[in-house]
Amino acid sequence: MNEVSKPIPVADAETAPYWDGCREGRLLIQQCADCRRRRFPPHRLCPHCHSANADWVEATGRGKVYSWIVVNHPVPKEVYREEVPYVVALIELEEGVRMVSNIVGCDPHDVAADMPVSVFFEPADGGMVLPRFRPATGAA
Amino acid sequence: MYGLRDKYAIAGVGETAYTRNSGVPVLDLAVEACLNAARDAGVDVKDVDGIVSYNFGDSAPAIAVATALGIPNVGYAVDFAGGGNAANLITLSAAAAMEAGLAKKVLCFRAMNGRSGFRLGGGREMLARGVTQHTAPFGWITYPQAMAMWARRHIVKYGTSAEEFGSVAVTFRENASLNERAMQRAPITMDDYLASRFIVEPFRMLDICLESDGACAVLMTDAARAKDMAKKPVYIMGGAYGGGPDQGEDLFDAIRWPDHSENYAAYIADDLWKSAGVGPRDVDVAQIYDCFTYSVLMQLEGFGFAKPGEAGAYCASGAIRRDGELPLNTHGGLLSEAYIHGFNHVVEAVRQLRGECGPRQVEGAEIALTTAGAMTCGSAMVLRN
Repeated sequence: MNEVSKPIPVADAETAPYWDGCREGRLLIQQCADCRRRRFPPHRLCPHCHSANADWVEATGRGKVYSWIVVNHPVPKEVYREEVPYVVALIELEEGVRMVSNIVGCDPHDVAADMPVSVFFEPADGGMVLPRFRPATGAA
Repeated sequence: MYGLRDKYAIAGVGETAYTRNSGVPVLDLAVEACLNAARDAGVDVKDVDGIVSYNFGDSAPAIAVATALGIPNVGYAVDFAGGGNAANLITLSAAAAMEAGLAKKVLCFRAMNGRSGFRLGGGREMLARGVTQHTAPFGWITYPQAMAMWARRHIVKYGTSAEEFGSVAVTFRENASLNERAMQRAPITMDDYLASRFIVEPFRMLDICLESDGACAVLMTDAARAKDMAKKPVYIMGGAYGGGPDQGEDLFDAIRWPDHSENYAAYIADDLWKSAGVGPRDVDVAQIYDCFTYSVLMQLEGFGFAKPGEAGAYCASGAIRRDGELPLNTHGGLLSEAYIHGFNHVVEAVRQLRGECGPRQVEGAEIALTTAGAMTCGSAMVLRN
């Protein structure tokens, strides 16, 4: 690709329902229909019991920051020059799974471990909608 | 790797110059390093019958190198798809191949135009497929960005200070100043470290390894053959490869990793030391995988040189300096010698055990540790002279 864009998620057979959920403003994660464990990223088989029976359940969208970085140096420069500094975080959802996203809506240096955050959805390159997080208001 | 203690040895080492722009295809670099390793051992390279390497699609295939060297009989040729985690896996696999009778003299190499060609620290493709669809679209793209997430957890859990990370960078640069092969030889102070700009917090520029063009190689054979070769053999006492559960779908992805304040080392330490029959206190010099400063701390903790959370203070105490109780990365490491993806650590360990390191020689070094890996998986070896 010569055209510069942010990386565009390419939905596949396992992840299409997840990305469709984002378009509808719903954060969907898989739950094994047999052993009931939740998992992320989406996959056909449960890594615990290998069952192929899974339900898509809507997460509350609430979680807390497990780890985070502040990106100061943009890579690729032409794509992220206007974005830095930005925060990428590993977020632990209330449902017990971890996912990667951005924390916006606060100073990057105000992000802290275990900070409560909540999801919102934002249109992104390639016609996709990404789940992003901001500091949770009110009780966590 | 059990049951092979002292049975296989590194008989020769070689490399190219380490530069920012080699000006030659990576195949040429691999050939030069392999030829130098064979010559160092006093072996006709055409008698080599095995060749093994690792790469990210950025190198010359092992069989291409064998062909360029005119090796007529190849009984073992493997390219591991791997990063720094594989730097000691290739030597262990060479021992396994020889034990299985597939080969008798095996070249192990890593070659890359890591600065002028494919840059590992650079971006990934803009269409994010597989697990990358859950990471890259959020601007989580480069290895420094991936690993800063681990360093952060060490800070959160243990309060690791900038000065503790910095002591690793300053010490390794001090060593590099004594190594004419090193790409960065100008000494740095703690103030220089603290003043270096943030690339991706918590990493400053001086927490991050170099990008290099170059290659290095070793020639391995069995102990009996090694004794008849040109140089003093360096024996592999033991080794291990592995990591923990939920390593993820590529080297970058560690979304499900249990605890980012510790890495692969904690999971393979028992196998490493049991296979070698020695422990951390027996090591005279260690070459620890240092793509970033934090990885040194986590490995010192994982391999038992310091308790969890205490490696920062250990490094800052001076213990890892050349005159300390555990001299580390005497060549300057990936942070200051060159980034040959950790394989230059093996070459340096061999030279230390042969007493060939001149001003940076650790006097009386008899047992060396080499490690490879920073995140979910990795490899390590214990060597002796």
